[in-house]
Amino acid sequence: MIHLEYYLIVSAVMMFAGIYGFLTRRSTLAILLAIELMLNATDLNFAVFNRMLFPEGHEGYFFALFSIAISAAESAIAIAIMINIYRNVRSIQVKHLEKMKW
Amino acid sequence: MEYTLYILLLPFLSFLLLGICGKWFSHRLSGLIGTCSLLAVTALSYLTAYEYFTMPRLADGTFERIVPFNATWLPFFNEGLHFDIGILLDPISVMMLIVISTVSLMVHIYSFGYMHGERGFQRYYAFLSLFTMSMLGLVVATNIFQMYLFWELVGVSSYLLIGFYFTSPAAIAASKKAFIVTRFADMFFLIGILLYGYYCGTFSFDSPEAMNIAQGGFILPAALGLMFIGGAGKSAMFPLHIWLPDAMEGPTPVSALIHAATMVVAGVYLVARMFPLFIAYAPSTLHIVAWVGAFTAFYAAAVACVQSDIKRVLAFSTISQIGFMMVALGVCTSTDPHEGGLGYMASMFHLFTHAMFKACLFLGAGCIIHAVHSNEMSAMGGLRKYMPITHLTFGISCLAIAGIPPFSGFFSKDEILTACFQYSPVMGWVMTIIAAMTAFYMFRLYYGIFWGTENKELHAHHTPHEAPLTMTIPIIILAAITCVCGWMPLGDTGFMPFGHFISSDGLAYHIHLDPTVAVTSIIFAVAAILLATYIYARDRQPIADALADRFSSLHKWAYHRFYMDEVYQFVTHRIIFAHISKPIAWFDRHVVDGFFNFLAWGTNSLSYAIRGFQSGRVQQYAWVFFVGVLIVILIMVL
Amino acid sequence: MNAELIIFLVLALCVAVLSVMTVTTKSIIRAATYLLFVLFGTAGFYFLMGYTFLGSVQVMVYAGGIIVLYVFSILLTSGAKDDKLSTLTKGKIAASLLSSLVGLGVVLFILLTHQFKTAAGVTDTPSESLITIDTIGQFMLSTDKAGYLLPFEAVSVLLLACIIGGLVIARKR
Repeated sequence: MIHLEYYLIVSAVMMFAGIYGFLTRRSTLAILLAIELMLNATDLNFAVFNRMLFPEGHEGYFFALFSIAISAAESAIAIAIMINIYRNVRSIQVKHLEKMKW
Repeated sequence: MEYTLYILLLPFLSFLLLGICGKWFSHRLSGLIGTCSLLAVTALSYLTAYEYFTMPRLADGTFERIVPFNATWLPFFNEGLHFDIGILLDPISVMMLIVISTVSLMVHIYSFGYMHGERGFQRYYAFLSLFTMSMLGLVVATNIFQMYLFWELVGVSSYLLIGFYFTSPAAIAASKKAFIVTRFADMFFLIGILLYGYYCGTFSFDSPEAMNIAQGGFILPAALGLMFIGGAGKSAMFPLHIWLPDAMEGPTPVSALIHAATMVVAGVYLVARMFPLFIAYAPSTLHIVAWVGAFTAFYAAAVACVQSDIKRVLAFSTISQIGFMMVALGVCTSTDPHEGGLGYMASMFHLFTHAMFKACLFLGAGCIIHAVHSNEMSAMGGLRKYMPITHLTFGISCLAIAGIPPFSGFFSKDEILTACFQYSPVMGWVMTIIAAMTAFYMFRLYYGIFWGTENKELHAHHTPHEAPLTMTIPIIILAAITCVCGWMPLGDTGFMPFGHFISSDGLAYHIHLDPTVAVTSIIFAVAAILLATYIYARDRQPIADALADRFSSLHKWAYHRFYMDEVYQFVTHRIIFAHISKPIAWFDRHVVDGFFNFLAWGTNSLSYAIRGFQSGRVQQYAWVFFVGVLIVILIMVL
Repeated sequence: MNAELIIFLVLALCVAVLSVMTVTTKSIIRAATYLLFVLFGTAGFYFLMGYTFLGSVQVMVYAGGIIVLYVFSILLTSGAKDDKLSTLTKGKIAASLLSSLVGLGVVLFILLTHQFKTAAGVTDTPSESLITIDTIGQFMLSTDKAGYLLPFEAVSVLLLACIIGGLVIARKR
């Protein structure tokens, strides 16, 4: 029998790995990868809660589904922006992206 | 008579049009716009006067007070105190409409020639329109507050017109002086209005509420006295007269319009407007008015005898004549013209005639200045050959102001003297002597300009010439009015109809000359003129020089206007600025400003101290955010 | 110990280890590859739970779409070379690590001490898919209380906006 907690432990590890990556990565694309990791962890949580706690409902299921669609949209736009930035600055390092700061 | 509203609207629209779009108009077009609107205003004013004075009188014999237009502008509280904007027609306001529109129209036409080719011609006409609108609004005001409103507008337009030549430092200083002095007086006026409104519960001129105030009350005389100070500021009564001579820095037509005929009589008009209240509640204030007026008239006449700038002479003569009007109002003791109320009619009569002949004198002076390019009498002399029309009209006006029949000044001045003699013989003789001084200095001026030695070297390279037609026609018209307006029969109203329309109790009053007074004043005037002729008519003036030497200190004092400006200078700079303003300024700089500077400095340094937090590094923000969330969770869990 | 549990444990181990490696590896292309495997593992979890459609969507959209997009953009921009982690100061890395570990600890503590009320009759692995594609279609286009027509349409508009926005942003000028 696979308990609810097992899934949650895995998703927590994923989540905090993502947070660590977000805090330490210097490349914007790597930061985006870390964000994907965090999103994935939450999607898993939604599905698991639905499956284990409320098997009759569908809310978590559909939430996960829409979340996937939206994260796809988000990464598409983010990558478009990154490519545009790379064209202008010739770098996607966070420390170089300061043209519009201050 | 709803069309009276257009009397105010037309000049205002013309002001807006010329003021906003003027720079795209040619000089001729903008002058035409201003003059045509004034022509329409004049026509409407005459129509109003005709309809008003031909209306049947009320049962008690007075003219009805008509309010063709009235709007409540600012209601206050629930007690019925409110500011109205409206138009009030009664005999004196209709008379003032005539005076203002006539003189203003003449000045508009005259300015075509005088201001020809000046920079800012459109601006000049815009300001003239503004001034005319404000002055007309002042006289038709239905209540004291509306009057104050237009009073200030008049002050502003006067400021703008005096400072018209804004590149000349003297003009700027003069405009500032005029504005500050009249503002200072207006402060008292405002206090008077507020006292009046607060205690009488109304701003209207003579309402039943005001009559309810106890007879022995102190408030109403004080309020009326404060209002008189305001009027004294605008009407250049001593010691608030100092701005008027300097105001001659403005263009000469402006001096004719504002500083001779219309604005400076606003104070007289104010006292006349409040006359029923003065008579009923504050007769002693009225007598103060009389003595202030008499002293001013004497002081200004004395100064006018020795000035050399022709516009200055005319300015002091204006002050003196306004003093006459104030005296005439002040010597009234009742509202019955047969029993001590004659002065009211006399004052209004003199206001009317004086506006005409003084405007004529100023415009004539403008022609002369135009011809010789100088204000100084030394640059003139012998001009009668070159400028016959100006000479003639100027002479007529001088005779009028000196009080020689049959010119208009004689009749009005004679009524004033009669009223003074009724009040007290002392006042009567004082005013008779001042009238003689008037005749003397006016003829000194006249001989100095048109007779005497010609300034050959000045005229050698520039021969004086008669002014163009646009300038001579207005002075001819004004001189013609001066000739006839004293005695001209009007319909069946008979000899000298002025009293028929305007008198202190509103009833028709038949002016009759007091033979003793008339003969005395004529004798004095003629004697003064002969004296002036004897002293000044010849090429050289040994007597005048000898007198000036003999009484050199007196001459010097009079020439420097008895050092009134210096007295003001001393009081304001040495006493007020040094001992009151400077400590206040210090307090403001160091304590008030210092506090806010401290606040600014504190904020600034705090911001410098903490600006490191705003690093712009997203990951740092995210970390702080994350740690914050963690702390919140830990607090909630534990 | 049945087969499902063994499969789960293998998947869980892979996912956990690969997640950590995703954020610690020095090569960004490797990070993307590890992420791909993490996503596959998550899809496996969905299959284990009987959410077969969600699992296939995960594989198609994430693994097939997004990761490919990332790999392309990595190759287009910085190439396979990641920035060195050493550009960060040790203190910052330590602070991030510490806060992440503390956060993990707190979350684990909460979820292990909390008593979840697992619904009755939840079997390990259903014999068939719990939610059929037919049901999903009904839900997606239904307008009644439990319907998802509005979010569905909103997401479709969002995707359209993304297509246009992506074109506009990345277009060569």
